[in-house]
Amino acid sequence: MIRSHVLICSGTGCTSSGSQAIAAALEKEIEAKGLKDEIEVVRTGCFGLCALGPIMIVYPEGTFYNRVTEADVPEIVEEHLLKGRIVTRLVHDEIKDEATGEKATTLGETRFYKKQMRLALRNCGLINPEKIDEYISRDGYKALGKVLTEMKPDEVIKLMLDSGLRGRGGAGFPTGMKWSFAAKSVSDKKYVVCNADEGDPGAFMDRSVLEGDPHAVIEAMAIAGYAIGADEGYIYVRAEYPIAVKRLQIAIAQAREYGLLGKNIFSTGFNFDIQLRLGAGAFVCGEETALLTSIEGKRGEPRPRPPFPAVKGLFGQPTIINNVETLANIPQIIINGADWFRSVGTEKSKGTKVFALGGKIVNTGLVEVPMGTTLREIIYEIGGGIPNGKKFKAAQTGGPSGGCIPAQHLDTPIDYDSLMAIGSMMGSGGLIVMDEDNCMVDIAKFFLEFTVDESCGKCTPCRIGTRRMLDILNRITSGNGEDGDIEKLEELANSIKASALCGLGQTAPNPVLSTLRYFRDEYEAHIYEKRCPAGVCKALARITIDPDKCKGCTACSRVCPVGAISGTVKQPHTIDQTKCIKCGACMEKCKFGAISKK
Amino acid sequence: MKSLSELEVIRDRMQDEIAIRSGKGDIHIVVGMGTCGIEAGARDVLNAFVEGIEKEGLRNTVTVTQEACEGKCEMEPIVTVAEKSGRNTKYVKMTAEKALRVIAEHVKGGKPVADYMA
Repeated sequence: MIRSHVLICSGTGCTSSGSQAIAAALEKEIEAKGLKDEIEVVRTGCFGLCALGPIMIVYPEGTFYNRVTEADVPEIVEEHLLKGRIVTRLVHDEIKDEATGEKATTLGETRFYKKQMRLALRNCGLINPEKIDEYISRDGYKALGKVLTEMKPDEVIKLMLDSGLRGRGGAGFPTGMKWSFAAKSVSDKKYVVCNADEGDPGAFMDRSVLEGDPHAVIEAMAIAGYAIGADEGYIYVRAEYPIAVKRLQIAIAQAREYGLLGKNIFSTGFNFDIQLRLGAGAFVCGEETALLTSIEGKRGEPRPRPPFPAVKGLFGQPTIINNVETLANIPQIIINGADWFRSVGTEKSKGTKVFALGGKIVNTGLVEVPMGTTLREIIYEIGGGIPNGKKFKAAQTGGPSGGCIPAQHLDTPIDYDSLMAIGSMMGSGGLIVMDEDNCMVDIAKFFLEFTVDESCGKCTPCRIGTRRMLDILNRITSGNGEDGDIEKLEELANSIKASALCGLGQTAPNPVLSTLRYFRDEYEAHIYEKRCPAGVCKALARITIDPDKCKGCTACSRVCPVGAISGTVKQPHTIDQTKCIKCGACMEKCKFGAISKK
Repeated sequence: MKSLSELEVIRDRMQDEIAIRSGKGDIHIVVGMGTCGIEAGARDVLNAFVEGIEKEGLRNTVTVTQEACEGKCEMEPIVTVAEKSGRNTKYVKMTAEKALRVIAEHVKGGKPVADYMA
């Protein structure tokens, strides 16, 4: 008789930290102790608190173990599973009650989870994604059943419109509207496509849904197919997500076995099936028309729109293409209704958003919050703030298409429109936090290097324009910035935004524009003072003598090949930055550690 | 799967199985499983409770867990029944047989079994 479930995170993050070895060791130890019929080991999707992985949760107590290792397994089995004594050294270390010093022992009690509302992620970390029965126990496929037996296609579309759901891939286009365009298009062949190419650096929201709850995506696609009149679907998933690919393959096979995909679903005469297509490493294939072109077997390049995919898409047929997170919300909206979904979020942005927290933040991981939550709440309350006592500088949302948000906007409620108003965008959900040690020019350069590399080359503004912008940034960060560079950057940026063929090019200048908007002084320091305020750009590093440590021994000035060091004996010396060639000879010579490079 | 009712059958069966992960429950049965408890036969008591709860279909509202030695080793096996209302009942010198009566009269009937109490 199974009396306890031990859940172990089997998302990519924890798996990379050895969670599978832990699961295997646990099963072996449980068997050895004769507990096989009492304890079940469950491999689930991502819990979200990736910084503290591998994560293990023991039910029914709900004990939340962090940073578990294989060596901990015998103790956990002997002490906790057999004798009921929680292994306190592994329990999540957080004081729940300041007055009593009582610690938080379950997930729900932690600061990380308290302010979250996990809707798209509701099954992640709770079910075994490789068992369709567990998805069914959580009302899985009930929405599809309801739609097929109780609703007409246009009623489904009306429900989607009323809910206010907007695309979670970044653009925020109303999902119901996209579906209605496809439904109105006349054709006997239509397609539903899931964009699982998630290319933004630092983003892993979609990955976690695919790995932790693949059936939610499958069910939503079938619902979409019914709504618009499609019988075929494609999931385009990036090959760099092998665990997600495997979970999808298993899920599709299990759904087919149960007749939830295929012909005559629930005996209603509705047919729908899904195929997988793997992306081959091109960021541009996350752009909808390039993605469709790739499925068609051609090189992934975008096409001009109109016509939009809903009118003329895959193989020239009406197609809807939706993001993974958008789809993950749909079954619940069907079951709970539009009003339920509208009760969460802001006026124009309903529901929740999943964010992947990365960079200089204590609790790196995956969070889901209602729209309207402020950046301050996400970073400081849920994210645990900036590590090492450093000061917050900016947060980047929207990846290479987005912009940075400085401290003055920390209290902005996050939704599609408010982020655009301050020069950023929601994007797919990647949220990179930066502190005082990050150089904003270097950050802009990082994102631009990415987009230049990923540009497909089809249109001139992107192919050549972004390259030229990068050239200017390279000169600026290597100490060769010139007067007029900032103006050139702005001019190029605006013309590329206005003329590029697709979203990649149109948004590639955003990181530059937004860092210029809020951190223009850093650019100016690089150009006019040849100085990097954050001390990141190596070429601009300055060698300086600390007057408190300098003994005035003159050893450095005697070894300097260009005579840049001056000072009288026994008095602190100084380096003339205009003469210094940064060879470092003085640093090596100084016996008092008075010379450093920053 | 031909119909929605087939889906419901699976859902109902599975909900019982994964109810344990909700971490909730109106009634928590905690069995002492320190070394003294195990020596005195706590494992059989634990199994009796788990099987009994399963048989009565109470998995959605009742959890069964263990705890360590309390220090009253001569009274083992000790079982505490903690209820959402705040009432905690401690049973001593439990056996698998006594467990069944506790389930019937206390867990289901709401009336603690005075004979078995401390």
